Amino acid sequence: MSAQQVLFDAPGPRARRNIMIGNIIGGLIVLGILAWVVSALAGKGQLAASMWTPFLESRTWEFFILPGLVNTLKAAGIAIVTSVVFGLVFGVGRLSHVAPIRWVAGVVVEFLRAVPVLLMMIFFWLALGSSGAVKPQDAPLIAVVVALTLYNGSVIAELVRSGVYGLPKGQREAGMAIGLTRNQSLRNIEVPQALIAMLPALISQFVVILKDSALGFIITYPELLQYTRRLGVGEGNVIPSLFVAAAIFIVINFALSTLATRLSVLLSFRTKGRRPAAKEAIAMDAAST
Amino acid sequence: MENYLSLFETYDVPAAFWINIQLSFWAALWALAIGTVLALFRISPIPSLQWFGAAYVNIFRNTPLTIILAFGFLGLFSVMQINLAGELDVSLFRIAIVGLAVYHAAFVCEAIRSGVNTVPLGQAEAARAIGLSFLPAARLIILPQAFRGAIAPLGNVLIALIKNSTVAAAGSVAAEASGLMKTMIEFRSDLVIPIFLTFALGFVILVIPIGLLTTWASRKLAVAR
Repeated sequence: MSAQQVLFDAPGPRARRNIMIGNIIGGLIVLGILAWVVSALAGKGQLAASMWTPFLESRTWEFFILPGLVNTLKAAGIAIVTSVVFGLVFGVGRLSHVAPIRWVAGVVVEFLRAVPVLLMMIFFWLALGSSGAVKPQDAPLIAVVVALTLYNGSVIAELVRSGVYGLPKGQREAGMAIGLTRNQSLRNIEVPQALIAMLPALISQFVVILKDSALGFIITYPELLQYTRRLGVGEGNVIPSLFVAAAIFIVINFALSTLATRLSVLLSFRTKGRRPAAKEAIAMDAAST
Repeated sequence: MENYLSLFETYDVPAAFWINIQLSFWAALWALAIGTVLALFRISPIPSLQWFGAAYVNIFRNTPLTIILAFGFLGLFSVMQINLAGELDVSLFRIAIVGLAVYHAAFVCEAIRSGVNTVPLGQAEAARAIGLSFLPAARLIILPQAFRGAIAPLGNVLIALIKNSTVAAAGSVAAEASGLMKTMIEFRSDLVIPIFLTFALGFVILVIPIGLLTTWASRKLAVAR
């Protein structure tokens, strides 16, 4: 945002007039696009009242949207907890001073970050389903949670690692000076600070987990998208149903992202170290799915 | 082992990956074009365009890709009957490209904006001092430097895009990698793990060189400051 202020001068009278003209033209173009979308939808009868009234009935929410939302939140909630645990274990593993542990953790993390989540989901779904190790109706939930954990856990492991690298070197030296071993100093001093510094990026990763839980749709996990699609097929209002599902995801994720931004402003006063690694990691995360 | 090798005679694994590569290539081009325009909107002095850019990013970054692709297939294709080609599978393929591009454009926009943030204020001030107005300053001074600063995050978007091209299965591009893997496991459940490792390795081979290349390029092309 900083550059935004200086790309153009503080406007004088002529520039102000030009900006206003540009503003009106830009606004008209945006409105034109919206009007075109609305008229295209209306042309196919998608804006008829009967398409949208189901969302005013309590049974729509009771039998379709809320159960779907509960399942989405359940899968995402479990996956958030397990991927933080996974991330801590492998993040600390990558920082270990025992070389083989470091290598193993490194290979696992790099491999899991390169494999598409959907591929893992389909694999665990079919493998668990045919092995008989779990009840068939449990296989989709377990597959969703395990796949989300393996992928996002390894991203979190990288966050932990870059967070510890971003700390001032004195933190470890101080830990050693008061007689902690390297592992104790890592566990008690460095990782907690790294987690606080990385909290905003961590929350962005939770948004990714919540969004990716919608992949469960493909492996028949009855989450929000699955339920709203069923509703759409039943009521003949597929497009409005998808809009509502998307809106619910946007509201939750937007709230989480706003929290992450607020925290990063708040925490910038608390954690004063070198922070280039933190910035890079946030940019990295914004990109992952 | 022979069992495993015979899989490749029955199923054309490279062809499935080729579909993912094509999806990613076209979607990346479109996402780059849309994302650059959005980034220009967001740094422009015109409030209505800034607002549009911000709204686009916030909406599409927070919507699951699965919903966008399901919307493309169930909404645009089935209900609205929008056809992007004469043949059915070409049309579905193009709708998947549109969905992938629309989604990743939001991330491209943010990557370029993070690149703009790496350009020191002095550059913009210098551009103004020699009398350039917004568009020439953006085109000649800011964006060239911003792109070089944005290589690493853009590389990450490209990697995410390649992996996400598997989600096109939700948009019924059935012949791509995740769809083929599903079919193969269903028919050869005795070889679940080798089949999964084959596809996983395929993506590792696609994705890791891009990561290394963009890291190298972002160091090599970084503007010395």
